[in-house]
Amino acid sequence: MTLSFLKSRELVLGVAILALLLAIASRFPAFIEPANLAKVFNDTAPLIILALGQMAVILTRCIDLSVAANLALTGMVVAMLNTLYPGLPIPVILMVSILLGAVMGLANGLLVWKLDIPPIVVTLGTMTVYRGIIFLISDGAWINAHEMSESFKAFPRAVFLGLPVLSWIAIVAVTGFAVLIGRTALGRAFYAVGGNPHAAVYTGINVGQTQCAAFVLSGALAGLTGYLWVARYAVAYVDIAGGFELEVVAACVIGGISIAGGIGSVGGALLGALFLGIVKNALPVINISPFWQLAISGSAIIVAVAFNATSTRSKGRVILKKAEHAQ
Amino acid sequence: MKLLKSLLAATAVAAMCIAVPAQAETKRIALVVKALGIGFFEAAAKGAEEAAKELGDVEIIYTGPTDTTAEGQIEVINALIAQKVDAIAVSANDQDALVPALKKAMQRGITVISWDSGVAADGRQLHLNPSSNALIGNMIIKLAADHLPDGGDVAVLSASATATNQNTWIEEMNKVKDNYPGINVVATVYGDDLADKSYREAQGLMQSYPDLKAIIAPTSVGIVAAAQAVSDAEKAGQVNVTGLGLPSEMAGHIDSGASKSFAIWNPIDLGYSATMLAYNLAAGNAEAKPGAEIPMGRMGSLTLNDNNEGAMADPFVYDSSNIDDFKDIF
Repeated sequence: MTLSFLKSRELVLGVAILALLLAIASRFPAFIEPANLAKVFNDTAPLIILALGQMAVILTRCIDLSVAANLALTGMVVAMLNTLYPGLPIPVILMVSILLGAVMGLANGLLVWKLDIPPIVVTLGTMTVYRGIIFLISDGAWINAHEMSESFKAFPRAVFLGLPVLSWIAIVAVTGFAVLIGRTALGRAFYAVGGNPHAAVYTGINVGQTQCAAFVLSGALAGLTGYLWVARYAVAYVDIAGGFELEVVAACVIGGISIAGGIGSVGGALLGALFLGIVKNALPVINISPFWQLAISGSAIIVAVAFNATSTRSKGRVILKKAEHAQ
Repeated sequence: MKLLKSLLAATAVAAMCIAVPAQAETKRIALVVKALGIGFFEAAAKGAEEAAKELGDVEIIYTGPTDTTAEGQIEVINALIAQKVDAIAVSANDQDALVPALKKAMQRGITVISWDSGVAADGRQLHLNPSSNALIGNMIIKLAADHLPDGGDVAVLSASATATNQNTWIEEMNKVKDNYPGINVVATVYGDDLADKSYREAQGLMQSYPDLKAIIAPTSVGIVAAAQAVSDAEKAGQVNVTGLGLPSEMAGHIDSGASKSFAIWNPIDLGYSATMLAYNLAAGNAEAKPGAEIPMGRMGSLTLNDNNEGAMADPFVYDSSNIDDFKDIF
């Protein structure tokens, strides 16, 4: 019992993160001051939110490569809305961004569900389409800090109980996801569909519908992050968050969510995102050549995946113990 | 395509209408831009009109394709050849693709120069660069030094570590940094022209160097992200963000005080100079050859190098006194 607890993915990652923090502290002690750690968490919040959505998608044996493009398009749309109607209240902006993101997720989900196209192809396509739409609506122009209203920019930075709203949204998303995954039928269906789609069908779960639901969830979170991102960096243009989808997938993989579907936890996704977030924030302050930075980020991912492969290899779904021994 | 053709036709007709009542000796100079409807080029056209007014006997034909393609520019240039304009000043969408059309123009006695974005040497008589690497390198450190009379630590936030133009400018900056005593360049970091990475790198700089006085970002994504990071850290006024940026993108950060000043070429001066140069060549006042000095009105004169290229001036400095005049232009 104790042994299996020690083997748990979350614990290993937690220890790895602590070791990483200690190593960074040996070169730059100020990094582990609570105020700085809060800053790192805030900076990682968008990655955490996106990793949660991506996790639901990956659990169902799919992948969503369009999250960053969805984020950028939603961000551009709300930024344009804000410049046209500066008086629009923030709750409306939030609702528009979540809805728009969900619609884009629905497009992915329907293509996967109804037309049975492989998710990697669908989302690779929509990724390009969404980026293209940003160019069409914005004409390639930027929306800049002075064109956005003060309240639009202030929302994610507003401090509430010591933490910025951006951080709180990530915390709420993590809690909400823990409940969704652990306590609802939909959460269980994600695992069932990814773990064994055929068996899931026999238990009365609609595989395509569940996958579609995961895409909508991922899209809605990407849309929400789109507004937060644009408001935080106070700029919107075609290329924002370029390549971020791979970082999101990497966070999931590091967090122990199996690309083959059916295995993973909310804690894993959270820790995977935090691990990447800490590496990204630490590299600039520990004075390492930019060429090494890329290599270090990449190695961290490969080590995590290699670890994943060895630690999950033995966990086959053995139904007949006897048959296995007979082999 | 149909739209493009009809637009072209309209441009041509409009040009004829302007041309017909003009006197025989009036020089018609065509300013061909990458695409119509871009603020930067509209501003350049303003400068060209200013030059035309100063010269008196000049008609400006401001034209270009509707999107930034070389094919579109070739059609425009062919139309201009048919109209027998006196000079073509082009900012090219492709440095090689325009050469045959421009050669044809030169064979018909039309003066051809390129400005802003150049054409290969055999497709034009001279090329006007907005500035030179040496001038830019000097300007970016001067911008930081101007606000640091007592000196201090400054850091550079570049785009990617492999960006040729960025590295050239930083190299030129390092060559002249001894002319600014007291200014220490403590680090060069790379934001890869991504808003989030640049923001993080700027935060890292402020953490690693608590005494940092300025961040020099010679990239438009980097300068905006660094200014935002400085505002968010509530260090506006303490850390000055400067470098190369666009007035429309930097206006908010000049207002907030995160950036005291920054530089970029002035499109009005560029259009003005290009027109002056085209006029002087077409009128036979000067000849484009290596080493030549060609006058360009209030902007002084352009000295050509072995490749018949020259640099107009220092990048133009934008600060709170003039940002409002330019933020809607480009």
